[in-house]
Amino acid sequence: MYDLPQTDSHVIHEDLKVRARDVQVYYGATHAIKDVSVDIADKTVTAFIGPSGCGKSTFLRCINRMNDTIDVARIEGDILLDGEDIYDPAVDPVQLRARVGMVFQKPNPFPKSIYDNVAYGPKIHGMAKTKSDLDDIVERALRRGAIWEEVKDRLLEPGTGLSGGQQQRLCIARAVATEPEVLLMDEPCSALDPIATAQVEELIDELRQNYSVVIVTHSMQQAARVSQKTAFFHLGNLVEYGDTGQIFTNPQDPRTESYITGRIG
Amino acid sequence: MTDATAPAAPARGSLKAADERTRKRNAAEKRFRLYGLTAVGIGLILLVTLLSAIVSNGVGAFQQTFISVNVFLDPERLDKQGNRDPADLRKVSTFGYTPLIQNAMLATVADAGVQTPLTKGTDMRPMFSAGAAAQVRNFVLENPDRIGDTVAFRILAASRVDGYLKGRVQREDVARDKNIDAEHLDLTDALVEAGVVEKTFNLAFITGSDASESRAEQAGIGVAMIGSFFMMLVVLGLSLPIGVAASIYLEEFAPKNRFTDLIEVNISNLAAVPSIVFGILGLAVFIQFAHLPQSAPLVGGLVLTLMTLPTIIISTRASLKAVPPSIRDAALGVGASKMQTVFHHVLPLAMPGILTGTIIGLAQALGETAPLLLIGMVGFIASNYPDGLASGFLDPNSAMPAQIYEWAKRADPAYYERAWGGIIILLVFLLTMNFIAILLRRRFERRW
Ligand SMILES: Nc1ncnc2c1ncn2[C@@H]1O[C@H](COP(=O)(O)OP(=O)(O)OP(=O)(O)O)[C@@H](O)[C@H]1O
Ligand SMILES: [Mg+2]
Repeated sequence: MYDLPQTDSHVIHEDLKVRARDVQVYYGATHAIKDVSVDIADKTVTAFIGPSGCGKSTFLRCINRMNDTIDVARIEGDILLDGEDIYDPAVDPVQLRARVGMVFQKPNPFPKSIYDNVAYGPKIHGMAKTKSDLDDIVERALRRGAIWEEVKDRLLEPGTGLSGGQQQRLCIARAVATEPEVLLMDEPCSALDPIATAQVEELIDELRQNYSVVIVTHSMQQAARVSQKTAFFHLGNLVEYGDTGQIFTNPQDPRTESYITGRIG
Repeated sequence: MTDATAPAAPARGSLKAADERTRKRNAAEKRFRLYGLTAVGIGLILLVTLLSAIVSNGVGAFQQTFISVNVFLDPERLDKQGNRDPADLRKVSTFGYTPLIQNAMLATVADAGVQTPLTKGTDMRPMFSAGAAAQVRNFVLENPDRIGDTVAFRILAASRVDGYLKGRVQREDVARDKNIDAEHLDLTDALVEAGVVEKTFNLAFITGSDASESRAEQAGIGVAMIGSFFMMLVVLGLSLPIGVAASIYLEEFAPKNRFTDLIEVNISNLAAVPSIVFGILGLAVFIQFAHLPQSAPLVGGLVLTLMTLPTIIISTRASLKAVPPSIRDAALGVGASKMQTVFHHVLPLAMPGILTGTIIGLAQALGETAPLLLIGMVGFIASNYPDGLASGFLDPNSAMPAQIYEWAKRADPAYYERAWGGIIILLVFLLTMNFIAILLRRRFERRW
């Protein structure tokens, strides 16, 4: 109720990529996302921040319809990608997910070789005509995932044999290999050391040239470093959404302020 | 800095001296290990007992006693017209050949220089199998030009003679036995000495066909083995694709609602249904309603498919369920369709479990006897080899366990020995299947 009058201030009008209106998500009886309306701009990094369990992952998974796989999940409201309602019955979620890629909160490489992990997406989407095309795509993706140097000599070893942080970067490489227009990253750096984190942040910045990136993070510094827009979630509500600089320097809502200064969380 | 005052730390003993609680815990652990070892030990003892019983009772079936004789193929008896016309030769039945073999036996005994009160041709009859006449007759029909020659044969000894050499028939039994006399046993001993009677490995037991009650020495399990083989083809060909498809659908695609819950409960119940119920169902549906031939491996295979399906579905669903959902998320996340997710990622991971379940199901089906009783695959004398695929599936046949059951029922102790021998062969098959299951598991698991 508190947020309702503010809803309109969450709407931006330039270069929209994703537009969400009055999104509700229920897990059975749990109301996990309440009335969230947000506009995500193209060629921008948007950070979702908020305390654990506030629904950041849930909302992120709505954008590429990964919540469809959860039986108890129910979604209401509209989410538009380039003006098209992605929850329209005519929309094939498979096609949608090819355009909206995702890096999950827990690293989940396929139990296949490192090469196959990255090559799988391009293969099923027919992105490579020849083996050498595919090799190029894989190398490029691994470089962008900041893991090429570590794995270039062991491409045929299983991806599950990598360390946790390496697995997460492999998953990032896998997600960028299919060249999605929107990349959803759920805490991509939570298992990474500062060097790899810096590399991933560099990648995010590079991806911004062409894509829209949404990143969930628990690190205020990271949000401040990589994002242009920040959304603060709290108990399923979108409390505040705006330019990152403004959110961190001049939050409008007392809850936002107490969260970024470390008083709730 | 906490506000709560920490309670005073209790005095701790040395780490080297176990305290009261630790001692109790360790004792409990030791006891538990002992229980475990005892249980494993009992299991092993039972297993060893079982195996040694099977082997000691069954090895006899793999050896058979043969007699080497030179049979004079007397033209007077075999070809009265003297024109070697196959049609005429066929008219001489095996009864016509028996005297030739008896004479050959007499000659052999004389050659060996054995003294025996048995001097008449008919005295020799209890020594050799009734199958010997058929053996010689077949030879003559194939080689009519050899009539008039004396040809060396290795003929089957009679089941009593064989039993005597294997210790199954004792001298004290002979008084009550009208098939053989003590003199025959003396003669047997003498002929063994002379090297005419020999016990050798009996390939015919593995490859041969069943024989009538009175010819235990001739019976083999080969035809029943072929029957089992065709049945397993049917079971594998139907239950694996149907079972796996049903499981994938139920596990990955079907909506979770009352109806699918009902199906799930019913499948689990089916797995617990006694096999004989499937047998009577098969009798009613496949034979009485669909008019498929009785005793045919096709019908047996269909019945066993019904029985195996729940096993395969349950194990397949369990192994699909065991694939972590994060793998499905990962595949869906890069834009794979449901189908691609299942076939590229979930199924390969579930494969070892599916294969193990399938092979266990097949092994169960291979050893199953009760349903075969009801569709007439027991009691049938499997004496003809199928001559092609269609006849393999449709001609009456038996199956290994049914054949074993049949032998165990027969009066002649020689058949009892063969039943044990059949069990050895069946177990070899089951062990081989389990071994293949392990190999496949290894092979598929090594890929990750
Ligand atoms: N599959 C699910 N089934 C039922 N409830 C769920 C499910 N996933 C999430 N929830 C609930 O939805 C709420 C939001 O969860 P979500 O995972 O979106 O939080 P989050 O903001 O991503 O937290 P974190 O920062 O810890 O990852 C939580 O209360 C959680 O218990
Ligand atoms: Mg989360």
